[in-house]
Amino acid sequence: MPEKPKIAFYWCASCGGCEESVVDLAESILDVVAAVDIVFWPVAMDFKVKDVEAMPDKSILATMINGAIRTSEQEEIAHLLRRKSQYIIAYGSCAHLGGVPALANQFSREHILEYVYRKAPSVTNPAGTVPQPNWKDDGHQVTLPEFRHVVRALDQVIDVDYYLPGCAPSPKLLAAAVQALLKGELPPKGSVLAPDVALCDECPRKESKPTEVSFAEFKRPHEVIADPNLCFLAQGLICMGPATRSGCGAACITGNMPCTGCYGPPSRIKDQGAKILSSLSANVAAEDEKEIERILSGIPDPVGTFYRYGLARSLLRRRVDLKGNS
Amino acid sequence: MSERFDPKIVAFFCNWCTYAAADLAGVARMKYAPNLRTIRVMCSGRIDPQFVLEAFARGADGVLIGGCHPGDCHYISGNYKCLRRFKLLKRLVQDMGIEPERLRLEWISASEGDKLRQVVNEFVATLATMPPLNLPKRFVEWDKEVAILREQVDAAHAQEEQQEVSTHA
Repeated sequence: MPEKPKIAFYWCASCGGCEESVVDLAESILDVVAAVDIVFWPVAMDFKVKDVEAMPDKSILATMINGAIRTSEQEEIAHLLRRKSQYIIAYGSCAHLGGVPALANQFSREHILEYVYRKAPSVTNPAGTVPQPNWKDDGHQVTLPEFRHVVRALDQVIDVDYYLPGCAPSPKLLAAAVQALLKGELPPKGSVLAPDVALCDECPRKESKPTEVSFAEFKRPHEVIADPNLCFLAQGLICMGPATRSGCGAACITGNMPCTGCYGPPSRIKDQGAKILSSLSANVAAEDEKEIERILSGIPDPVGTFYRYGLARSLLRRRVDLKGNS
Repeated sequence: MSERFDPKIVAFFCNWCTYAAADLAGVARMKYAPNLRTIRVMCSGRIDPQFVLEAFARGADGVLIGGCHPGDCHYISGNYKCLRRFKLLKRLVQDMGIEPERLRLEWISASEGDKLRQVVNEFVATLATMPPLNLPKRFVEWDKEVAILREQVDAAHAQEEQQEVSTHA
């Protein structure tokens, strides 16, 4: 029997939801396991880094890496897996675009460490201890990975072949990607393995989207009970659908929540946040400056709203007045 | 630094008003600061916020948008769309750490060559009092932390290969 193709999974700065989505394959995971050997998957199986180091270069067919890159350890493993794998697939919003962790790019590393370890109301830390990359204790030198200044998407650290978008990617897309890998029917390098159209295309409320969207005010989901059949934009709710790639089966919409943009933009959009900003604000129903400002004040946090999953891969990447080294 | 800092400005001018004003200023031989890289668009309503962010990301110190006065848009409502986008974009840019003075919107009609001259001179003067934005340089600075590790990894790999060659030889 010929050797089965080898697959690996790894996680970086992520919540674990992407790992869940692999398990969400349910019974079909058995078909996957029958067709491939999983050679590295820290969350589910016991392998060590030295096992990976011992593998010949390019011996893994494909590695799916989820999570953003925040520490030097994540970088090292990403480089190692790049060397050992024929294909690297950025798995999920964080590896693809930075994801929710990249919202930390609005703050300095020092601010984050200070808040998380000292100032947050839930913290008890009388000695004021903050993690250090190097520490000498009782004559022993101990080290921790370096916490970087910037949160990065995977392709800002290593070369990436494909992207599986989503927070988390739908099992359907994962199954399709694995099939494509095994059959060797892959699209051009750099492709996002999801349809290249806006979410509106597969939205069940498509018919109710007005030809001319117009906002007399912006409402937030907790302020209203949304009509379960009407286009969210027609209800004054911010829906990222027009600037977001489809492929999720409009899961949030079906749950009566507007799209928050986790699949990232379709290929013709460079900057998802700027594009949805363009669309929403242009349709504000006012010509008077003060009235325009009043309506737009219904969007209190444009960065957090428009770049919820994409700040690291946006045009500006990060608050530009923050330092890159201390 | 003894040399005076010369700010780079990317200007998006609408075809019907502000671009014509720039033409008029030229024909009238008005002198104004040469810091503009002007991009003509058919309407200020065509200016995608992505253009503005990309201008900053590629090294502009300031972005100037010029359109027709309210009520005068050749396409009826394009300048209002521009104004609304500008309002929210300015907030976003500020939240991202770019000084709001670096993004400016002016209504300049085809006959206002002198207003164009004034606006440009004023904008250059404002930007010259600020440090250069130079985002491309900042991006390189930020990425030094990953470049160092990448070099180490590559060097270690090269050394390993070297050793393998010598053991097999």
